[in-house]
Amino acid sequence: MSQPALLRLAGVSKRYGTVQANHEIDLEVHSGSIHAVLGENGAGKSTLMKLIYGVEQPDSGHIRWNGQEVHFARPSDAQALGIGMVFQHFSLFETLSVVQNVSLMIPGKPADLAQKITDLGDQFGLSVDPHAMVHRLSVGERQRVEIIRCLLLNPKLLILDEPTSVLPPQNVRRLFETLRKLQADGMAILFISHKLDEIRELCDTASVLRGGEVTGRVDPREHDARSLAQLMIGREMPNVAHAAPQPPGAERLRLNALGHPRASRFGTTLDGIDLKLRSGEIVGIAGISGNGQQELAALISGESRAQEPGMIEIMGKKVGHLGPMARRKLGFAFVPEERLGRGAVPEMSLADNSLLTAHSRSMLSRGFIRRSVERAFTRECIEAFDVRTPGPDAEAGAMSGGNLQKFILGREIMLNPDVMLVSQPTWGVDIGAATAIRKRLLDMRDQGCAILVISEEMDELFELCSKLHVLHNGRLSPALEAAETTPQEIGRYMIGAET
Amino acid sequence: MLTAPVLALVLTCLASLVLFAALGKPAGAALHALLLKPFLSWYSFSEVLLKMAPLLLIAQGLAIGFRANVFNIGAEGQFIVGALCASALPVYFPDGDFPLMLPAMIAFGALGGTVYALIAAALRTRFGASEILVTLMLALIAVQILNYLLLGPWKDPRGFNFPQTVMFPDNAMLPILFDGTRTNISLIFALLASVFAYLMMQHHFRGYQLRTAGLAPRAALYAGFSAPRMVWLGLGLGGLAAGIAGASEVAGPLGQLQRSVTSGYGYAAIIVAYVGGLNPLGIIGSSFLISVIYIGGDSATVSAGLPVAAVEVFQGLLLFFYLMTFTLIRFRIEIDRKVPA
Repeated sequence: MSQPALLRLAGVSKRYGTVQANHEIDLEVHSGSIHAVLGENGAGKSTLMKLIYGVEQPDSGHIRWNGQEVHFARPSDAQALGIGMVFQHFSLFETLSVVQNVSLMIPGKPADLAQKITDLGDQFGLSVDPHAMVHRLSVGERQRVEIIRCLLLNPKLLILDEPTSVLPPQNVRRLFETLRKLQADGMAILFISHKLDEIRELCDTASVLRGGEVTGRVDPREHDARSLAQLMIGREMPNVAHAAPQPPGAERLRLNALGHPRASRFGTTLDGIDLKLRSGEIVGIAGISGNGQQELAALISGESRAQEPGMIEIMGKKVGHLGPMARRKLGFAFVPEERLGRGAVPEMSLADNSLLTAHSRSMLSRGFIRRSVERAFTRECIEAFDVRTPGPDAEAGAMSGGNLQKFILGREIMLNPDVMLVSQPTWGVDIGAATAIRKRLLDMRDQGCAILVISEEMDELFELCSKLHVLHNGRLSPALEAAETTPQEIGRYMIGAET
Repeated sequence: MLTAPVLALVLTCLASLVLFAALGKPAGAALHALLLKPFLSWYSFSEVLLKMAPLLLIAQGLAIGFRANVFNIGAEGQFIVGALCASALPVYFPDGDFPLMLPAMIAFGALGGTVYALIAAALRTRFGASEILVTLMLALIAVQILNYLLLGPWKDPRGFNFPQTVMFPDNAMLPILFDGTRTNISLIFALLASVFAYLMMQHHFRGYQLRTAGLAPRAALYAGFSAPRMVWLGLGLGGLAAGIAGASEVAGPLGQLQRSVTSGYGYAAIIVAYVGGLNPLGIIGSSFLISVIYIGGDSATVSAGLPVAAVEVFQGLLLFFYLMTFTLIRFRIEIDRKVPA
């Protein structure tokens, strides 16, 4: 390439306390290129993007823009030069319309902005109604609004942080078409992801990050997913092959026409949900969060009560009116999607967090806490589930997401449940921990536990489950045999094209 | 753990020095009277212990609720109702011909305070009414009930029309702990309550549930700890302690029901609870400190000519500085340059 790189990083390092988040990073991004930044959670991708976008400043090293050295003290400096970023978690006000959201960042009269939004939408396949209220938009449409908002600043470099993690497969196609059009228009795109197939399909260059350093610079089209993964995690992909499931046994959980009105304007009304879960099987619920996942999990766990006792049956008993403790006594266990503040109390030690749900394991004597039993249980959980922590006295809030998830999952598994609900088991968990967690779930299944998994990760569901449902807009699809369905079919249910 | 309260006390003293000097009072003498005089004679020290009993008792009860995010701000009202209920017996049996007069008074006071606090629990659990507002308003109502009784049906017929009841008979009075002082066995009640609070909050599952409800309400819901039960328990125990304290006040230093029973112990106990870090052991220390300031304040108004309000300002400063130091020890201030959107 003859022209100088649009963006060039040389020897950029950033340290937080004792953690070297980025070490001597070199990176070149050219106009008209889609450049992947690939790495596990904690590899330093987010830090690197924060440095490029001016959220943080590097400790050492140089950033050059069109050959000129630049220092970004704040994101507006980066924006002024033409760097735009779309974050993984959207920053839109739900109660405002699209054009109102845009006008908070972009100067101009609303009527002009609406016209520009429509024009950009036509040009790049980002169609969205400028006057629609954001809370009515689908996830894909919200992402389009975020991208349009960036494009209105005329960026030369667009950074996308895990843009496909929230999209159903059909919308991913459409996003890719948009990105290719932007690329043809001469824009440089930094595409952050850990999904190898997508990177191979879309990107022309990939920088692989591991432990804060660039470990590879490759053309992803010339590598298969397995060798990219090896670059990313630095060893052979863990083998996840597992014995085929035994034929399922007795029924453990049953939902009978479960319906529930939404609690707030932004909640989801559940309607007519039927589901059967039997011993020795894992059933998955796919779908994008916000389609009733939280409401359904809370109803099954007992955190909210069903309207009729018979709408939910655990171990053959009607439990819709019972609270979480009564349901646990029947052999139910639950791993919620939020770890801090729900699955664990951040300010308390791990030992005290064992007490949260495992108090029935002889941890109480006439209501008084038996510290030795509590600590022994916690220590066993830490060892058996490879929780990296100084010990039972460590505060839960000080642990990484993956370690805390291993602890919570371990605590629930140690209750020997007959039926278990696991919500988003590997959200924000690195690939090593995620593999360990999935293996544990399969082991539980083989021991006869009935497991219901709610997840946004389609690969995970296909790896774990024998049957899949899709939750869309508060309604559950019929059960699909995992062996007979495809991601495309699941995707059609996810966007409501099939019911 | 002691950094925040000690730092707060030092800052309070410094701020008070400036304040007292600005008032044109001898600042050093005022501070001397406020903090040291209470230790200079056995009698004034015994008065500190007398003040400490209701503060400690009420603060232990309130702290249990505060740990569970149940904010009973109206302990003053429960204290008054406890005093009223306890006074009913000696008012109707002024000759003391009621069996077990004193235990019955304490029981009446405890019951009255508890029931009065549970009104707020009922309104919170049934209608979602904020217990902060309800308990505060109930405290104002309690003052009016007190006024009505003292100006009407319970007024001492031979009391020269003063708004007060008859003097209580001997068997309606709490035994004195140390001869020659006014310190009575309510101090023992308060210390027992401290032991109870310590065991419950630090070592019992019920206390664990309360703490969980306060730290992470959604984790409490996830574990299945009943949220309404936490509200009933938090308010009930606060009211119980305040009610006993109210009964002890009329059966102790006052010896009758009079308007001065509304001395602000219920509000001061909130400061005591927080300066003690809501910790049962810390509250023993903070109740002693606040009592010293009460007694020292009395002598400072005399010897250094401080206005009575200055003592309340001193207490307020103490809470303010405590919350400030506590926050600054836990968190770091970072000044964010304004980023244009």
